[in-house]
Amino acid sequence: MDAMAAIKQTFFQECEEQLAELESGLLAIEGGQSDLETINAVFRAVHSVKGGAGAFHLDDLVGFAHIFETTLDHVRGGKLAPTPELLKTMLRSADVLADLVRAARDGGTVEEGRKKALADELARWSGGSGGAPAAEEAAAEEEDSLAGLNFVPIQITEDDVDFSGAAPDAGNTFKVSFKPHRALYAKANDATLILRELSSLGTAEIVCDESQLPKLGELDPEEAYLIWNITLNTEKDEQAVREVFEFVDTDCDLTVEKADPPGAADVDIAALIRQATEAAAPAEAEPAAAAPAPTPAAASAPANAAASGDHPAAGGKGDAGIAVTAQTTIRVDLDRVDRLADLVGELVINQAMLAQRITEGNHGKASSASVALDELEQLTREIQESVMAIRAQPVKSVFQRMPRLAREVATLTGKSVRLIMDGEGTEVDKTVIERLADPLTHMIRNAIDHGLESPEKRRAAGKSEEGTVRLSAMHRSGRIVIEVADDGAGINRARVKQIAIDKGLIPADAQLTDDEVDNLIFLPGFSTASTVSNISGRGVGMDVVKRSVQALGGRISITSVPGKGSTFAMSLPLTLAVLDGMVVTVADQTLVVPLTAIVETLQPKQADVHGMGGDSRVIAIRDRFVPLVDVGQVLSYRYEAADPMTRVALLVETEGGARNALLVDAIQGQRQVVIKSLEANYGRVPGIAGATILGDGRVALIVDVDAVVADARGDVYRDPGLAMAS
Amino acid sequence: MTEVSKSGNAETRELIAFRIGTQEFCIDIMSIREIRGWTPATPLPKSPSFVRGVINLRGTVLPIVDLAVRLGFAPSEPTARHAIMVSQIGQQVVGLLVEGVSDIFTVSDSDIQPTPDVASDMAKRFVRGVIATDGRMISLIALNAVLPSLEMEAA
Repeated sequence: MDAMAAIKQTFFQECEEQLAELESGLLAIEGGQSDLETINAVFRAVHSVKGGAGAFHLDDLVGFAHIFETTLDHVRGGKLAPTPELLKTMLRSADVLADLVRAARDGGTVEEGRKKALADELARWSGGSGGAPAAEEAAAEEEDSLAGLNFVPIQITEDDVDFSGAAPDAGNTFKVSFKPHRALYAKANDATLILRELSSLGTAEIVCDESQLPKLGELDPEEAYLIWNITLNTEKDEQAVREVFEFVDTDCDLTVEKADPPGAADVDIAALIRQATEAAAPAEAEPAAAAPAPTPAAASAPANAAASGDHPAAGGKGDAGIAVTAQTTIRVDLDRVDRLADLVGELVINQAMLAQRITEGNHGKASSASVALDELEQLTREIQESVMAIRAQPVKSVFQRMPRLAREVATLTGKSVRLIMDGEGTEVDKTVIERLADPLTHMIRNAIDHGLESPEKRRAAGKSEEGTVRLSAMHRSGRIVIEVADDGAGINRARVKQIAIDKGLIPADAQLTDDEVDNLIFLPGFSTASTVSNISGRGVGMDVVKRSVQALGGRISITSVPGKGSTFAMSLPLTLAVLDGMVVTVADQTLVVPLTAIVETLQPKQADVHGMGGDSRVIAIRDRFVPLVDVGQVLSYRYEAADPMTRVALLVETEGGARNALLVDAIQGQRQVVIKSLEANYGRVPGIAGATILGDGRVALIVDVDAVVADARGDVYRDPGLAMAS
Repeated sequence: MTEVSKSGNAETRELIAFRIGTQEFCIDIMSIREIRGWTPATPLPKSPSFVRGVINLRGTVLPIVDLAVRLGFAPSEPTARHAIMVSQIGQQVVGLLVEGVSDIFTVSDSDIQPTPDVASDMAKRFVRGVIATDGRMISLIALNAVLPSLEMEAA
């Protein structure tokens, strides 16, 4: 039972891969890349899902996949052209297929009407073309082959004979005799696949020798009775032919003999003889002999490719890539990698301490100890980078969910959208990837729903009806930058400003730059859509996106050109384990303030600081008064309010967008720190987000800016962790 | 070996003894992962008085509990003689600051006498028994009593 569950889980994992393959294949075809390789990849993906689902009796899934497969088979066979309309149907079918897989995995059902509608649509496509019955039959046969393995060899033999009747091309001819033993089948090998692979080398004439087949009553279902004699005409050498049998050669009787090419040579000789005997028409005989060759060759080419496409091992680049990855990756518990990362962090600290000792010991720069230390430093840095690389993953896993989202939103809004994705291979820490999906989903929705205009408006503006949304990822100065750009109307600044004024977010007479107006959309409680649509208007706005990006230690910005579109760019750290921080001193303690929260630093002047009420103070920064918060007091390092004149203020912005000035004693510098959990061995500390270890080996605490500000305001900071503990 | 002790109905265990002020205490050695010298700790804001702060233990942030304060004595003034006993209690790893580790000894369960009925709150809360050896009295401390309240009092 457990084993079965495990196999099923593997099947669903593979399904996810196949579905991703299916979707990216369909998108590639839509993008004009309709070569046979891609079509085959798509077909293969659906076929694999169907095959696996059949084994688990997931009838719904099998039924739909089968219809889908039939239509794809028509495309593959060239009977159906991959028109944009057909591709739209197929993409939606891919979505339904994905839903069916998920329903099978997690329980639940897929809306019958939606499934039925698409199934009918698919059937119409395949029914509308010429050779439908034959193809249907072939597909049905293939279906049977899944149920009764014993019949597979015979059925495919006939299939293969179809296209092997062709006159062979010039090249080597081999006579191959292939007699599988029962062990071959017992090891889950399939003669069909081998024969297909073989025929992909050239043109093959496959004859099945059934002479050893006993009467049905005496037949041992597990015994192997069939022998195939193949006449293969190929440009490959004997080695290549034998390679086809590489994995089964101990489980079969195999002979490969080089023979005189019966095809081409025979034809030529026949032609010569005819030429000699019927001297009357010498000029006609030669073209007649040559003529049959090109046609079958052309016909066999797609068939061969199709055959090779069906064979997992003989597949194209995609398959080869997967196979290589499978061989070279291992699954490792994330905890172990984290432990490794911790140890490397410790190594870095130890090395820094060692360096300090050596400097103190007054060894010269050129001393052997210093040289060795330099080497150690280099090594440590490489180890650190390697460890980080282990945790890194391409953003593809998140990006690949977006095309479907774009399609759904486009359908709901009646807009036509093309989603272009760039830099899917850009790598970022696993923890960042996991938390990227939500903001990204929202940004894509927003770009389509609010960014792009309706097709009519686009036409009126002289743009193509189809809007473009470009999603791209790239590395930039130690961070990952993800951009969502649309070619819509851009931000309507007058309207944005009016809404902000109406909602009381800004004073009516506020003078704002274009940039400031654009950034108003990130304010909490702001929503531009005048009618609440069920796509973007789910009670959350861009402020939620901003907050989740900030929670990841990232920043989000917007640039907009009226009439040309808007671009949202989020810049995120490559890992959540590392934070850019400002190292400060407060009451002899070293603290780290996350750099993402800091807007600017300033030296308070006597004239700018004003008392307010009992012991609250505010500071004037460019004619705006912001609360002055003494970090030392909030964290109970000191009880007396500190004198701001001898200290430094950090202007910070909380997640809610409020600005405060944090008073610290001195700034030590700016650096990347490795974040350590306090909660693992201790618990949450109010006002503290975590800890880190500095170069001197001591622990420094990381300030939780929001909590400190809330504390200073006298609010009870609603800390979810603490709420749960009490 | 196990069988022998079982048949003798006397489980033996190894204890590690340390001093706080003039009194001697001990804990089960199985819960101690390592003993290291004192290094200055980074104080934690708004923490209970017995939490000395946190130190860096090979990349892990380790909270330090001043056992003296926890057991009701005056706070320690750490010297080179002070030691941190890194102990594992449940999922947590915590450093216990003690004045000095004196020795490791083996006792059987029957050597552990019940805690004398005294008024001391500390005795009631943390001491699980006393052991008499060489004319000394060593109190056995139950570590899980020292720690679970830590989180509660911190919050």
